[in-house]
Amino acid sequence: MKVIKIDKNEWASGLEKLRSAYELIGPVKEKFYHAFQPLESGQQPDMDYINTRVSPKYVIYPQSELILECSLNENDEDYKIYKEPEKEYTPKAILGIRPCDADSFSLVRRNFDTEEYKDPYWLRAYEATTFVGLACDQPCPTCFCSSAGSGPYSDSNLDILLADNGDHYLARVLTEKGEKLAAAAGWSQDAGDEADQQIDQKKQEAESAIQSRVNTDKLASQSLLDLYEATDAIWEKEAFSCINCGTCTFVCPTCWCFDVQDEVSGKKGYRIRNWDSCMYPLFTLHASGHNPRGTKVDRLRQRFMHKLKYYVDKYENGIQCTGCGRCVQLCPVNIDIRRICNMLNSYDPESCTCEVTAS
Amino acid sequence: MKSYTDKIKEIAKRLLKEDKVDMVIGYRKGTVPLMHQPFFATSEGEVDSFVWDSNCGLNLANYITDRKERIGIVATGCNSRNIAVHVVEGKIQRDQLYIIGIPCQGMVDRHKLAAMAEGNIASVEEDEDKGTITISGQGFSKSVDKAEVLQENCSICVHRNPVLCDELVADEVTEQTREQADPYARVREIEAMSPDDKWAHFDDLLSDCIRCYACRNACPLCYCPQCFVDESNPQWVGKSVDPTDIRTFHLLRAYHCAGRCTDCGACVRSCPVGINVRDFTKKLEKDCLELYGWEAGLNTEQRPPLDTYKPEDPEDFIK
Amino acid sequence: MVNPYIPYPVRIDEIKTETEDKSLKTFKFVFLNPEDEEKFAYRAGQFAELSIPGLGEIPIGIASSPVEKGFVKFTVFKTGKVTSYLHSMKEGDIMGIRGPLGNWYPWDLLEGKNVVIIGGGFAFTTLRSSIIYMLDPENRKKFKDIHVIYGARSPGMLLYKEELEQWAARDDLNMHITVDGTDDPEWKHHTGFVPTITEQEAPAGTEDTYAIVCGPPVMIKFTQPVLDKLGYTNDRIIMSLENRMKCGIGMCGRCNIGKEFVCKDGPVFTLKQLNQTPKEY
Repeated sequence: MKVIKIDKNEWASGLEKLRSAYELIGPVKEKFYHAFQPLESGQQPDMDYINTRVSPKYVIYPQSELILECSLNENDEDYKIYKEPEKEYTPKAILGIRPCDADSFSLVRRNFDTEEYKDPYWLRAYEATTFVGLACDQPCPTCFCSSAGSGPYSDSNLDILLADNGDHYLARVLTEKGEKLAAAAGWSQDAGDEADQQIDQKKQEAESAIQSRVNTDKLASQSLLDLYEATDAIWEKEAFSCINCGTCTFVCPTCWCFDVQDEVSGKKGYRIRNWDSCMYPLFTLHASGHNPRGTKVDRLRQRFMHKLKYYVDKYENGIQCTGCGRCVQLCPVNIDIRRICNMLNSYDPESCTCEVTAS
Repeated sequence: MKSYTDKIKEIAKRLLKEDKVDMVIGYRKGTVPLMHQPFFATSEGEVDSFVWDSNCGLNLANYITDRKERIGIVATGCNSRNIAVHVVEGKIQRDQLYIIGIPCQGMVDRHKLAAMAEGNIASVEEDEDKGTITISGQGFSKSVDKAEVLQENCSICVHRNPVLCDELVADEVTEQTREQADPYARVREIEAMSPDDKWAHFDDLLSDCIRCYACRNACPLCYCPQCFVDESNPQWVGKSVDPTDIRTFHLLRAYHCAGRCTDCGACVRSCPVGINVRDFTKKLEKDCLELYGWEAGLNTEQRPPLDTYKPEDPEDFIK
Repeated sequence: MVNPYIPYPVRIDEIKTETEDKSLKTFKFVFLNPEDEEKFAYRAGQFAELSIPGLGEIPIGIASSPVEKGFVKFTVFKTGKVTSYLHSMKEGDIMGIRGPLGNWYPWDLLEGKNVVIIGGGFAFTTLRSSIIYMLDPENRKKFKDIHVIYGARSPGMLLYKEELEQWAARDDLNMHITVDGTDDPEWKHHTGFVPTITEQEAPAGTEDTYAIVCGPPVMIKFTQPVLDKLGYTNDRIIMSLENRMKCGIGMCGRCNIGKEFVCKDGPVFTLKQLNQTPKEY
């Protein structure tokens, strides 16, 4: 694998060269905090950012996305016939994405790219994107990526991994897409024989700086119904403070659920998909008024069972969480997935008890 | 605030022991800084988890809506006013409640502190004697006067002591007068804007909204079984992040809270993207005071002004 | 890449009001592009999303049978926004159908077996599809005894009345029609709830006998112990679920019962399978 050296004073000019071939997206400081935004000409990504509040999932999977449109004009030949809107999937590059956020796309892909059905919108956007990740040397106190199947230097869903090394980046070019981008930016300086080791050294330091972890080793062998039915030991108490807002699901990089809504504007009909949240009663409400997940205990249990058990059993590939810590930081009532994960992992159906950890 | 915490525990234990209540609602220490968790205790052992300090910002009146148990509940000035609103609106019976009153010294603004920090806040210390808050994290530590980092609603609050309670955990704190607090300074600033500037202000205010409804769901007033934004037949509001729909949601929600809102600040505190939702609600609070001489939740008898009609109600705003 | 969200355009060819309270109508659709009919090849028990442009989609079981060609039929209960609008539409109107979606009754497994169909209310639609399929001359010999127990509140609330009478007249099908009550002196079928009629008329559960049960929750609740008593094991009781759905293809996340999606892994499950999942339906 090739490691190249990108001097920071060549970074900006490289990005300018990329603009003819890529739409650039990167972290920028907004009013109070950072967000991933398209970078206007001359605008630089702020590579010193603390992780963004809303995850970059919306680059591939916008919060509201037009999926079909049709004419509602009776005189048109294709009156009321829904068609795919014309959309261009021009190449994009996400610059400075954190490895945990990049890993989330592989998790979400399992939902949108299945044997039977493929979601064309998600897949086309994903395939048009080159992921240039920035390794994470200063993990947040709430980060638990390394025990959630990801890590501060995880590169499994990156095309290029950048490691900040003072006046330059060490860039591990991981895929063909990555090579193409590096070539387009004119970044080709060989980082030397020791670069690989240097990155590994930094990786070890970063991993040891992570203070927070979850235990997931027993989740797969737990009985699904035992965990589901642990109402007294887990769900009732943990759900008490939940106000059933959608914050956790909307800031989460791996929450993929959506709603489909039709709208009319003038003589056109639009079918739009919007992010949805399992925290909302409406998510599962039948037209008859019956609601299979009618209480907040049901809904909170759904969220955590999905991430920590249903997903684990269905894909046999870890938990549906990359440990980014956003929900932990932003939940207005301090419901902490780390605590709940450890409870589920340690649950003993015989005694109906589990270990409770502070975080 | 150890003395408050100890007293809360003492009262809660007594209430449970004497079987005066089935549960006591308070806060337990959060797993992250600046964030304690609403929590209920049904046994004396669980009471030991209770905590009180400047990070108990979510309004506990949320947790009593339509409950059937006998409840002990910790309540500050604004929380007690929301409990009163609940009683007036039939969401709880007064005699179901034993209110443990907190003379409130204000909550700190987690958004403000996060913005001040040079990195991630790993811990927060409060020094009661000096009146300071110290935040620290990797490579930084910073002390500030608590008064500087209070939630805005707390710094202009004129009802810090509970208006409704069965027992206080400490002596009442001194209230600021309305003249001292000047609670509507910001509303006046916005009122003075030109229509274009107002439009730009509210556009910018809502530009980051992700429609997670944390503001609505954190609000003790928003207990409707189905919110108007969720109704499908008829459907009043679109569900995408179209700015018109987002504005409609915030404006209508604010109106539904008019004359009921106690400015507890839970909406702003909950917002994951830091929107000052109070720019809407505070204006309506001011209007209710000026038009009807009304402040929400000061007693358990009177219904809010937009819920009643009197022939002498002002009508010069109808044009 | 096939876009699974695009409906096939269809024209409403015929609308028939099924019940006396007019809450149920059967819509017969014809594909605007004849080649779409082949793409829509389905099995009895599957469902589709009926799509009204500018208004929304609703998941509805397919009431026509794979052996009926040239059209597809759906019987729709008027309840929410989309179904109410659909009830106001006219013959000739254009809309869309997306599917077929979900799994079907296990026809391969049921070959050579006795089949007991138990239905109630307006959940009879995919059961109609199944009966027509089994009675097709090519197919009837594949199955042993067929029993159908179908109940509604009153005679006027029964679906597919003409077909019910035709089936009742056949000797290769045991038809047991029932109503909760009626003051019609001419009524010549059963009176009583479905579980009671099941207890009286259904054959005993053997290794060769399968029950397909589809109806309102209360019917299912009381039919299940009857089937237990008759000796039906949980893996021989087949049910079809409904849940709120949007995508119909296992992606939007709302219709799950545990790790299974009702839209994609279902809607057909055996009771044995359901006993291993949370009861979130």
